[in-house]
Amino acid sequence: MGGWHQLYPGHIPTSPLQKALLAAGSAVMALCDPYRHDMVAVLGETTGCLALPNLRDKMKNHPEGYRILQERPRIRLSTLDMARLQGLPDGSLGREYVRFLEDNKVSPDTRMPPKFVDDEELAYVIQRYREVHDLMHTLLGMPTNMLGEVVVKWFEAIQTGLPMCVLGAAFGPVRLSTRKLQVLATELVPWAIRSGLNSSCVLNIYYEQRWEQPVESLREELGIFPPPAVPV
Amino acid sequence: GAELGARTAGDRSPECWGLNCISFPCPFFAVYQVFESVAKKYDVMNDSMTLGIHRVWKDILMHKMNPCPGTLLLDVAGGTGDIAFRFINYVRSVRQRQLQRKLKQHQNLSWQEIFESYQKDKFNSLGDSQVVVCDINREMLKVGKQKAQHLGYSEGLSWVLGNAEELPFDDDKFDVYTIAFGIRNVTRIDLALQEAYRVLKPGGRFLCLEFSHVSNPLLSRLYDLYSFQVIPVLGEVIAGDWRSYQYLVESIRQFPPQEELKAMIEDAGFFKVNYDNLNFGIVAIHSGFKL
Repeated sequence: MGGWHQLYPGHIPTSPLQKALLAAGSAVMALCDPYRHDMVAVLGETTGCLALPNLRDKMKNHPEGYRILQERPRIRLSTLDMARLQGLPDGSLGREYVRFLEDNKVSPDTRMPPKFVDDEELAYVIQRYREVHDLMHTLLGMPTNMLGEVVVKWFEAIQTGLPMCVLGAAFGPVRLSTRKLQVLATELVPWAIRSGLNSSCVLNIYYEQRWEQPVESLREELGIFPPPAVPV
Repeated sequence: GAELGARTAGDRSPECWGLNCISFPCPFFAVYQVFESVAKKYDVMNDSMTLGIHRVWKDILMHKMNPCPGTLLLDVAGGTGDIAFRFINYVRSVRQRQLQRKLKQHQNLSWQEIFESYQKDKFNSLGDSQVVVCDINREMLKVGKQKAQHLGYSEGLSWVLGNAEELPFDDDKFDVYTIAFGIRNVTRIDLALQEAYRVLKPGGRFLCLEFSHVSNPLLSRLYDLYSFQVIPVLGEVIAGDWRSYQYLVESIRQFPPQEELKAMIEDAGFFKVNYDNLNFGIVAIHSGFKL
């Protein structure tokens, strides 16, 4: 019935059968009830068994990524100096990130802690991926509406290979209007794919140490192409 | 399953909760928190976990009780009202039949007389039957009251916050005491049974519907597999709450089997104690009388 040891706070050990049932159940529930963000999280955890070790290895083999794995930074309101970030010049990562949080009325603290990942380091990797998601929005210049989220999912699917991102990218567009689908298919997705393929691993950036860096410079460093000039 | 040998009747100390219980360390508080979080999804989860069969179990309980109009029922741990509503439906239909029989006997009445007698009895559709729903958990009672309003139950129904181990009622008050899927969550079962005995009138009946033990080895394994593998998953997917349903499954395993519960009921002073297994012992109805 799975290892009985709790590997980290919040960890729920599960057997392979339970993981399979969870994956299926959470996929169905996430589609039926889009407000069940917890189901998307569960889906990511139960299907990430191949992608997560890959991501962790990418981080381990990169000097900055390695440092992140060692130091385990967390992005939470309690650790961010919001006043300082707001005071940074326009166009800097810190300023634009705070602007994104305010404009979209989101907070980094709403990310679910992992439950079903049976490795303590991989649990951190998926947690880091979740906490860095808002920074993806900032880097890609995408808002948190349905269209913006789908674009970010495409980018993340290429970057991480997480099945949950792939599913989100594939099924997310189902709820979009035809006009938006057109913009998505002709401009946004091709750009997201090109950027995702061209960019180095986004989890290898120690964002907390680069708040002053201009967003454009960070995009260039990673290899993310400038976003297309379309309304999102 | 393997019995916890050192356990004596009524002893539910933390050690007894088993090495495998990762859910909660403290029984009482754990139970309260569990039902606080499950209250809103309680009915949906019951239907999902038992594939709707829990409705049949509760119907069978009511048929076994076979209450006549005028019965005063105490339903303990009755939370969302399932037993209470069934009781009201049952006595109402018995009452209907009573009235119809009465009318049939009076074949030579005038229309005026029939109309008057019908009016008189219409305001007594329950025949003075009453059910008191008692639960320790405010959230469960809230859901129960909302359901009652939604389904149109108002007459003969009252809701009381109370602890099964220390009921807020006088001695010798009720005709029937039921506890459906509740006694498993009581820390001191022996105290709850003593309280049940106390509040029942002489001649009153104790009825307990609860998960029990499956003796058939093959079925037991399938049941365990379903319980441990599927039910927590259902809890996570439907209610976003793995832990509470893991607790549920563990508490079922910790609960005394049929014969042991029968002995405990007899210890509390009840006579003519027996039990009926439903679905091979997945569930059992225990019955006893205060004489």
